[in-house]
Amino acid sequence: MTNDEILQIFFVECEEALGAAEAGLMSCRSGTADAETVNAIFRSVHSIKGGAGAFGFTALQAFTHGFETLLSLVREGSIALDDGLNDLLLRAFDTLADHVGAIRGQGDTPKDDALILELAAACDGMPVASADHAPDGPASAAGGEIDFDLDLDLLIGTIEDTHDVEPWLVRLRPLAGALANGGEPLLLLRELERIGGTVRAVETLTTPDLDHFDADCAFLAWRFDVPGDVERAAIEEIFDFVGDDCELLIERGNGLPAPALPVATTVAEPQAVAAAVPDAQAAATPHGAVKVVEPSARAEEKSAATSGGQSIRIDLVKLDRLIDTVGELIIAQAMMAQRLAASGLGSIDELTLLDGLTRDIQEGAMAIRAQPIQSVFSRVPRILRELETATGKRVRLEMSGESTELDKTVLERLGEPLTHLIRNAVDHGIEPADVRVAGGKEPEGVLRLSAEQRSGRILIKVIDDGRGIDRARVLEKAIEKGLVAPDASLADEEIDNLIFAPGFSTATAVSNISGRGVGMDVVRQNVKDLGGRISIESRPGKGSTFTLALPLTLAISDGMIVTVGDQTLVVPLTHVVESLRPQPHEVQGLGVGRQMLNVRGQFIPILPLEQAAGADGAVNSPCEGVLIIVDTESSGQAALQVDAICDQRQFVIKSLQTHYRSVPGISGATIMGDGRVALIVDVDGLVADAVRCVEAPRRAA
Amino acid sequence: MSHPTKILTVDDSASMRALLLHALQAQGFEVVQAEDGIEALEWLAANDADIVITDINMPRLDGFGLIERLRSIARHRDRPILVLTTESSDEKKARARQAGATGWIVKPFDPEKLATAVRRVAH
Repeated sequence: MTNDEILQIFFVECEEALGAAEAGLMSCRSGTADAETVNAIFRSVHSIKGGAGAFGFTALQAFTHGFETLLSLVREGSIALDDGLNDLLLRAFDTLADHVGAIRGQGDTPKDDALILELAAACDGMPVASADHAPDGPASAAGGEIDFDLDLDLLIGTIEDTHDVEPWLVRLRPLAGALANGGEPLLLLRELERIGGTVRAVETLTTPDLDHFDADCAFLAWRFDVPGDVERAAIEEIFDFVGDDCELLIERGNGLPAPALPVATTVAEPQAVAAAVPDAQAAATPHGAVKVVEPSARAEEKSAATSGGQSIRIDLVKLDRLIDTVGELIIAQAMMAQRLAASGLGSIDELTLLDGLTRDIQEGAMAIRAQPIQSVFSRVPRILRELETATGKRVRLEMSGESTELDKTVLERLGEPLTHLIRNAVDHGIEPADVRVAGGKEPEGVLRLSAEQRSGRILIKVIDDGRGIDRARVLEKAIEKGLVAPDASLADEEIDNLIFAPGFSTATAVSNISGRGVGMDVVRQNVKDLGGRISIESRPGKGSTFTLALPLTLAISDGMIVTVGDQTLVVPLTHVVESLRPQPHEVQGLGVGRQMLNVRGQFIPILPLEQAAGADGAVNSPCEGVLIIVDTESSGQAALQVDAICDQRQFVIKSLQTHYRSVPGISGATIMGDGRVALIVDVDGLVADAVRCVEAPRRAA
Repeated sequence: MSHPTKILTVDDSASMRALLLHALQAQGFEVVQAEDGIEALEWLAANDADIVITDINMPRLDGFGLIERLRSIARHRDRPILVLTTESSDEKKARARQAGATGWIVKPFDPEKLATAVRRVAH
């Protein structure tokens, strides 16, 4: 496992921790938090801090430290959770999320100086936990070690002064506690040897006779000579774990290195002088009777890691290559099916089997790319909080279908339009509390976010219970901007859809929330780029519903294979409403060369595909061919005139731009079963173009 | 004893587990991992480790709780247990020692320090 992979694990973990912390903080705010909630928040922040330290993200680490300290006080009950504190914690959380974003290369490191001070201020004035909770015994230990530190400081001076370094004299006497908790002083002695120490003497004075010997107690004391060039801290380090369970004295030898003269060097330790027994030296060296084998440094044995293993990380490039290949497989399979059908073998069992398997593989490959929409939805609470702060409105969020899975690319590009819709809903849709109360509504607005899979598409809805679209004002604005004729009579839905028109904005004053230079037309474009559609449903006074219909995947689509003259074209199935062969009386002429189709009383333009495809020999009259009624976001319905419908199958989209150049009216190409290339009709573009051609002269007139 | 020292690491953080695994394996230790105290206890009920390294803050059963439970089992009374702590304060160390830990590893650790700490307690 490389460091980068571990880092990636940390990032994923951060996301999880942030999610958990946010959920906890939200329930704190709504007053449903219990001790475990606070504990979970603390753990989340703590875990981010731990990783931040391990990976050297100092800014993140520094910030989490203050945050964690405050949380630990809350956890211990030293600080009560009130609205002010909840607010501070949430703001700290948002900054934490920004910090995490920054280390992942998404955005800059946030300025957190003020917030850190605020967190510290919140901690202050409260009993500081660390001092109060220290157990009695260790308090004295702490004092002892502080003395060591002082010694150390003094010694640093001495070391610098004297070039001729004297050896260290180390006296240690493990106490009974040094053997407790799985401690083993022998290992410490051996470590002293490893840094160059040699045993000078063993004190056996306190060793009881065998009758009173307790194997769990320690009785011996050792004196070691350690070379003077070893740092004092390195010696102290060895005894880090035993602390006050081991008497330890470290001092510079006074220039008398001969081990035979312990008396002279240990004036400070009269008891030790008396106890020095040179004979015991050999027997008491750490490599004495007890045989303890060094931890072997062989790495050949693979670890049997028991945990994790539930998921693996795959390089996205590899995955895309797989999906690409699956696309090719589908094409190859289709080609073979066609070939077999031509030889009269179209219905053999093997082909049916292969067909099923291919489909399974495709679905499997798609599922790998699919991720729960949770990752996008989880950002919403924060957006809402910011909006609440900015607008002063209170909004309750209801989410459902977070586990609905979407293609990763779709997900990544969904965030922006969704954010915009939510901003709009809060800014324009939901009314201020007083207006709501006056209108007989709850003061708190409701924003509902849902995702579900329905008939091969993902439907995402953003529903607010606000004032709905102000149609009179939308129409007025549209007329003012010249988007519609002043005398036009538009249906309610048509007026609603005007908000998607380029350059349209109803906000009288451009607020800093919705009015960020991005209109709803951009939202619609974003959704369209994803192969999706957006629709709106609004009831005055009751609220609006925006529905995004998105494809499950971008790579493979279902399409209708049609012929136009000598060309074969693909019409994406997502646009197709119905297809029919019209009766002559259903087709009406309109001006020169234009025809309209009467569908159950509604007239829609007929667009022959012949021109767009550059085909020759297509049928001339709609009544001789077939009309495919398609639905578009921008221009409503239209009827595409083709010669015949051949088939309906999945196709893999190949970009024309990368292989050829962009062609108006054509969104890409695909390879057919027989190996020929077929162009994919850009239904939206084509219809919008045609409608403009029709309407432009009409408006001018 | 020719087998490599077997270490059970207990940490709820996947990245910390990965770091421990990486560092300890590189030093030739055999590593087994658990995600929290309960999982560690369950594993130790049926298996044995030479050393346990545990995080303190964990869901279900935290590090101190784990040590307490282990120390009450005769088989684990003398088991070297190191705790992972983010602070090197004396108070934290005293707390760990009082809880029954053999020693501690201050996070962030470097692989050398980790190995030294492990060898210092490896019986």
